[in-house]
Amino acid sequence: MSTDISKSHRLKRTVLSLGGFIIVTLLTFIGLMAITFFIGRVIPIDPVLSIVGDRATQEQYDTVRLALGLDRPLIIQFISYIGDVFQGELGHSISTNRPVASDLLKVFPATLEMATLGIVIGVGVGVPLGVWAAAYHGTWIDQIIRVFALLGYSVPAFWLGLVGLVVFYANLGWVSGPGRVDIFYEGLVEPRTGLLLIDSALAGDWDVFWNALDHLILPASILAFFSVAYIARMTRSFMLDQLGQEYITTARAKGVAEWRVIWTHGFRPIRVPLITVIGLSYAALLEGSVMIETVFSWPGIGNYLTVALLNADMNAVLGATLVIGAVFILINRISDVLYRVLDPRSR
Amino acid sequence: MTLPLLEMENLRVSFPTPSGRVDVVKGLSFTLGRERLGIVGESGSGKSMTGRAIMRLVRRPGQQIADKMIFDGIDLQAQSEREMRHLRGARVSMVMQDPKFSLNPVMTVGAQIIEALKTHERLGRKDMKARMIEMLHSVRINDPERVINLYPHEVSGGMGQRIMIAMMLIPKPDLLIADEPTSALDVSVQAQVLELIDELVRDKGMSLILISHDLNLVARYCDRILVMHAGEVVESCAAKDLHKATHPYTRGLLAAVPKMEEDRDQLPVLDRSAWSGT
Repeated sequence: MSTDISKSHRLKRTVLSLGGFIIVTLLTFIGLMAITFFIGRVIPIDPVLSIVGDRATQEQYDTVRLALGLDRPLIIQFISYIGDVFQGELGHSISTNRPVASDLLKVFPATLEMATLGIVIGVGVGVPLGVWAAAYHGTWIDQIIRVFALLGYSVPAFWLGLVGLVVFYANLGWVSGPGRVDIFYEGLVEPRTGLLLIDSALAGDWDVFWNALDHLILPASILAFFSVAYIARMTRSFMLDQLGQEYITTARAKGVAEWRVIWTHGFRPIRVPLITVIGLSYAALLEGSVMIETVFSWPGIGNYLTVALLNADMNAVLGATLVIGAVFILINRISDVLYRVLDPRSR
Repeated sequence: MTLPLLEMENLRVSFPTPSGRVDVVKGLSFTLGRERLGIVGESGSGKSMTGRAIMRLVRRPGQQIADKMIFDGIDLQAQSEREMRHLRGARVSMVMQDPKFSLNPVMTVGAQIIEALKTHERLGRKDMKARMIEMLHSVRINDPERVINLYPHEVSGGMGQRIMIAMMLIPKPDLLIADEPTSALDVSVQAQVLELIDELVRDKGMSLILISHDLNLVARYCDRILVMHAGEVVESCAAKDLHKATHPYTRGLLAAVPKMEEDRDQLPVLDRSAWSGT
């Protein structure tokens, strides 16, 4: 009986918190749209002029202005902008001459693929390195890891990208060069997710898969190097803080093995702050590293956004900004949920 | 009398500072039988470090060294780190000051108690749980089934300290080191917790080292008392002979303790010039 009550109570709580989650996320997203809309209106670029060109007559100009709905009051324009966005209508890009939405569907997965592999390597290497450095605080192991992390902070991305290409592609030939796949593999697999690794695996086309991985591994590793450095530094300082806590002494006084003291008692409590660090680091990678994407001719969102900015292509800029903003919102919301799962104090 | 449980001779604990190593414990010697020993002293007198040194838990960059440190015939200094782990918890255990900090905040109380048991004994799940429930009953927790699923932030300080005691006593150690076990607790709860420790120690025939800054408390719950000051033992006597103490520091401390039926207007201030010469 009492378990039934607590069960239905728990279900109710879950539904309520899920509803709250969706509402808060939506509100944040609308806030984001207000900002992009506002930026679009204050930036000194005339959207009409950039379509008709500066030699159009006044008549042509007015027609386009009417067609774009720019004569309506701002609030009406904003509402219709929200409506458009929710229908996936982000306007037309003047630099690619295609709808921005379909452009983004092509470029974002390219960045997503690279950033995801980057963060997986970043976490997989950075977290153990940080824990290791903290466990051997003050010894030469700690010093080496600290120097390595400092390098990751200070080496410029484009330089590392170029050196990586020279060494691993041109000299050693271990990896493939710039681009997502070799030219003769392009367009072979049907883009279902836009993630080349997944698409080719789904299609069972392993030649494409390995070729794509070959292309991806170097830029992703270089991206990962920066997040390894950042994550290792943060992990180390969180861990040092934890290892000085009283309950670590308690665990040792119980006779618990050292690896268990470190991973169970030291590491578990830092998962919450680490999630923030990893989330932000992932979001930063998803923004698209313009440097890396340029060096590796990677058709990602960073590249797309830069080209759009240089061409004063407002719709493309706003669309890409919206996507990046949405990614930040989503990652933050997911971190919030993970906090609650991992930290009993925040439930 | 049989062999002493713990023999300590000339224990030194030191920490590096920019101006060289500083000894926080300077040549401490004592023997402990099956008895209750109190170590009293002010902050920084080295009493906590003595407790940790017995378990070899002084962490780098701190260093500990003793001429002799023998527990139940085992030379503690000759043990490897691995062998030490088998002794910690199982034979020598420690209750720490504040359950708010000394219990892991992200593990349930039950998981932490079970961990203490699992580290030293191979038992089935059911047996382990039964032992835990029994142990929690013996520290006067009436609804252990509910408590084991709680997290440390969900229990009160007194309950937390009783959980700590249960966790440290569940592998049945021979020696319990209680490092200021009641300093973080409410006055009303302090007596309960100490009575509990006292009762469990007597029942199980354990030895106890009670570390505290409270002379009265130690005199009440211990057989013998060491008074520490600046890393050295300045007084060693039976608890009942405390009033006969000779060292000026101990006398000063005793004089500063208020009594129920007295009419002193002012309590004397400890006059440190009597022994330190400053």
